[in-house]
Order: sequence, then C-alpha cells, then structure tokens
Amino acid sequence: MAKKRNIKVLVSKVGLDGHARGAKVVSSLLKEAGMEVIYLGMFHMPENIVKAAMDEDVDVIGLSYLSGEHLIFTPKIVEEMRKHKLDDVLLIAGGTFPAEDIPTMEEMGIDKIFRAGSLTDDFVQYIKDNVKKR
Amino acid sequence: MKKKRNVKEMVEKLLAGDRRTAARLITLVENEMEEQHEVMKEIYPHTGQAMILGITGAGGAGKSTLTDHLIKNFREQGKTVGVAVVDPSSPFSGGAFLGDRIRLQKHFLDDGVYIRSMASRGHLGGLSRATYDVIRIMEAMGMDVVIVETLGAGQDEIDIIHIANTCLLVATPGMGDDIQAMKAGIMEIADIIVLNKADLDGADKSLRHLQGALSIVCPEEGKWMPKIVPTVSVASKPVDLKGIDELVAAISEHQEYLQESRAIDQVKFERTEQELGLIFKDELQKLIFKGLRGTGKKRKYINSIIEGRDDPYSVVEEVLEKYLVTK
Ligand SMILES: Nc1nc2c(ncn2[C@@H]2O[C@H](COP(=O)(O)OP(=O)(O)OP(=O)(O)O)[C@@H](O)[C@H]2O)c(=O)[nH]1
Ligand SMILES: [Mg+2]
Repeated sequence: MAKKRNIKVLVSKVGLDGHARGAKVVSSLLKEAGMEVIYLGMFHMPENIVKAAMDEDVDVIGLSYLSGEHLIFTPKIVEEMRKHKLDDVLLIAGGTFPAEDIPTMEEMGIDKIFRAGSLTDDFVQYIKDNVKKR
Repeated sequence: MKKKRNVKEMVEKLLAGDRRTAARLITLVENEMEEQHEVMKEIYPHTGQAMILGITGAGGAGKSTLTDHLIKNFREQGKTVGVAVVDPSSPFSGGAFLGDRIRLQKHFLDDGVYIRSMASRGHLGGLSRATYDVIRIMEAMGMDVVIVETLGAGQDEIDIIHIANTCLLVATPGMGDDIQAMKAGIMEIADIIVLNKADLDGADKSLRHLQGALSIVCPEEGKWMPKIVPTVSVASKPVDLKGIDELVAAISEHQEYLQESRAIDQVKFERTEQELGLIFKDELQKLIFKGLRGTGKKRKYINSIIEGRDDPYSVVEEVLEKYLVTK
C-alpha cells in the first residue's frame, strides 16, 4: 500500500532583483497547505532552476517575477525544461507584470499565471487539481 | 501510477549514473511505493563503499555553508558527492520548507554533485528509513562521498551516529552556557566538533568551554578522541575564511583512524543493525494493520482504549500473539 504522495514545489526568484519577500510568503503558504517547498532563493539562471527541479523530482516549478524579465526568461526556462524532458512538471509564475503580457506568457508555455494580489486559495487549489499524474 | 515501473531497467540506468532515474527512485522510496522492496534489493549489492559524513547541529549553525565548502574540497580531490539534507516537516500541515539549496548554489550544474532535499515526514529530528535508502541510491549512482545534513536540537542527533562513518557536530559561540548541558551527549555524537562562526564575539570563551568539556573525557586506549575545529565559513573576503582545510584534514584523519583501528567494522555493524530494526518496525506495523484492515477490529481496539476498557499495551500483546501465531 503506497502512502499519499506529497506534492513537491520548487520556488525560485528569477533574475537580478533583490526582493525575495513574495516568493517566501508564497512558500510558507504552500507549506501550510501541506506541500514540500524547495526554496532556491534569488539570482538563478534557467539552467540552475531546471537542473534543481530535475534532481529534486518536483511536481511544480513556481517562478517569482518582479523585475520585468518575464518575457526574456520564460522562453529560456521552457526550452531548458524541454531539453531535460520535464514534461510532467507544472510551470507556474507569479509576481508583478502587465496584464497584457499574460497571453504571451501562456503561449510561451507557462501553465498558469497568478499576478500579485491573487487569492492564495486559488493557486493552492490550482496546484492540487493540476499536478500531473505520473 | 497505473503502469508498472520496470525496476530492473531503472536500476540499470541508476548504476550507469543517470540522475533523472536517481531522482525518480528517491521519490519512489520516499513515498514507499510498492516497488520499494524490489528496487532496494537490486541496488543493495552496489552499495556500501561510500564515505558517509553526517553534519548535525542547531538551526542556523552553518551546516549548509560548511557543506558547501566540503563539497568544493571533495570535488577538488576528484571525488563525486551526494548530499541529502533533511529538514523537519510541519506537524500541523505535513508540509515543509526546504531552504538549504540557497547555500549550495555553486554546485547545481556540477554533474559530480547530486543534492536532494528531504522533509522528515514525521520522523522528528531523526532519520527515517528512507534516509538509509536515499544514501544507498546515491552510492549506487556512483557517489564517493555522501553528506547527510540533519537538524539537531539536543537529543535528536543520536540517529545520525548510526548512519555516518564520520559525524560532525556544528556548534556556535553564544551557546557556551548550553555546553555544560551538551557535555554528556557530545562524546556520543561527534567525531569532530566544529565551532563555526568563530568570527563572532565569545568564540574564544566557547572554544575554552568545549575544550574543558572534552578534557574530562578520557576515551579508552586506542579509541578516537573527538577533535574541535574552529571555523569561519562565511566572510566578505576569502582570506578571512578560517579552519576549512583543518576541518577537511580532521575528517581524513578520522577516516584513517576508522580503517586502521578496524573501528569501521563496528560502524558498519551498528548501521546495519539500525537499518534492519527500522525496516522490521515499519514492515511489522504495516503487516499487522493490513491484517486488521476490513475487520473493523482496529476501530474497536482504539475505542476500547479510549473508553478505558483496555490499554494499548494489552492490545498490542493480544494482537501480536494472535497474529504471529496464526501467521
Ligand atoms: N558570521 C558568520 N556567519 C556564518 C558563518 N557560517 C554561516 N553563517 C551564516 O549563518 C546563517 C545560517 O547558515 P546555514 O549554513 O544556512 O546554517 P544551517 O545550519 O544549514 O541552517 P539550517 O539548515 O536552517 O538549520 C547564514 O546566514 C550564514 O551566512 C560564519 O562562519 N560566520
Ligand atoms: Mg542547512
């Protein structure tokens, strides 16, 4: 009999700005929702994030964007995930960016986007409902 | 989870060093999936050769920062390094915040390093059976050294001495007053006591306390005498780092001692004994609960205990007798 699988989420700040608070708040909310959060901290490049996600065998990668790099960074991380065949990992993004960029980001390959101010219940529930079966 | 995993094929890939497979197998043992036994049976013959290094100590003492330095050092010696970092799960939600990778960033892209963060999942401070399996998986994928970081808050470090060849206890200045209290435990736990953050005020006093605590201990002739190594593992300029080379030297010295004195045999015996005990405990419990499932007896037993008609000890005796006899 197998135990219930714990959902593992990797959370990383992207790129070169220094605010980590949002990512940390989200991490502790996910923890309170019973998930195991691997927090990478700041200043990460796509290669770093995806390699860590692979080694940790996470179900979800959560990116925190704050400094306007979302349109440059997103294709790079999607490409890196494709390279390592992480096709069963959910990619979500949060943070501050213009609403009109959302469709572009979704087209680039982000599964779900939560802008600053989203209700926490929303993203917790989204992850629970959409974690990919293995 | 419908499609049955091909265990033999996965283990072959693991032995060839495939890290995606290693990652999947670790998840499989962590979640106690049904293939766990088969996997571990296949892997077992390919394990036992790595040096297992335990690092324990209070939260924030600098365990991960030191691990970062040790990885770098072992890599320079041409050794591959596996790292398992165990952090506590929340007893309320079951979730966990695993933040140790922040300090290990430099090694993410190094194929000779494999890092895995683990939540303790209810094994308070101590190490679960999965930790043993994860170490074995890292050995089988070809890691020469496996570092296991665990949070130790006083008594809970004990487990790690059974798993590690060499055990480091990380202390910091300011815990000087607690050292009296630690004294008794120190000898049992640590092969090497690292006084990290030696750049902080009170470091000299703490060092004297530690040395005092150790001086009253006289190990048997030929036995290892724990070493104290002061370190500064974070500094704005690299020249201000201190004690890392000394720490690496102390680890080598302990490794040599283990080999030369044959104390390694004792370490292996105790590790295997502990591992076997953990597996027995888990499997027996599973077996018994499985036997009770669907009979409604488990609920009955629990209610009779709550209502005061019975107690847990009598119930366990009764069930064990019945179950082990009829089996
Ligand atoms: N002043 C000083 N600070 C240090 C030293 N070593 C580590 N630190 C700092 O101590 C803090 C905790 O370091 P970690 O390596 O994360 O400690 P840890 O024991 O792994 O912590 P947990 O895993 O959370 O229990 C960090 O902010 C480090 O920068 C040191 O030698 N001197
Ligand atoms: Mg740590």
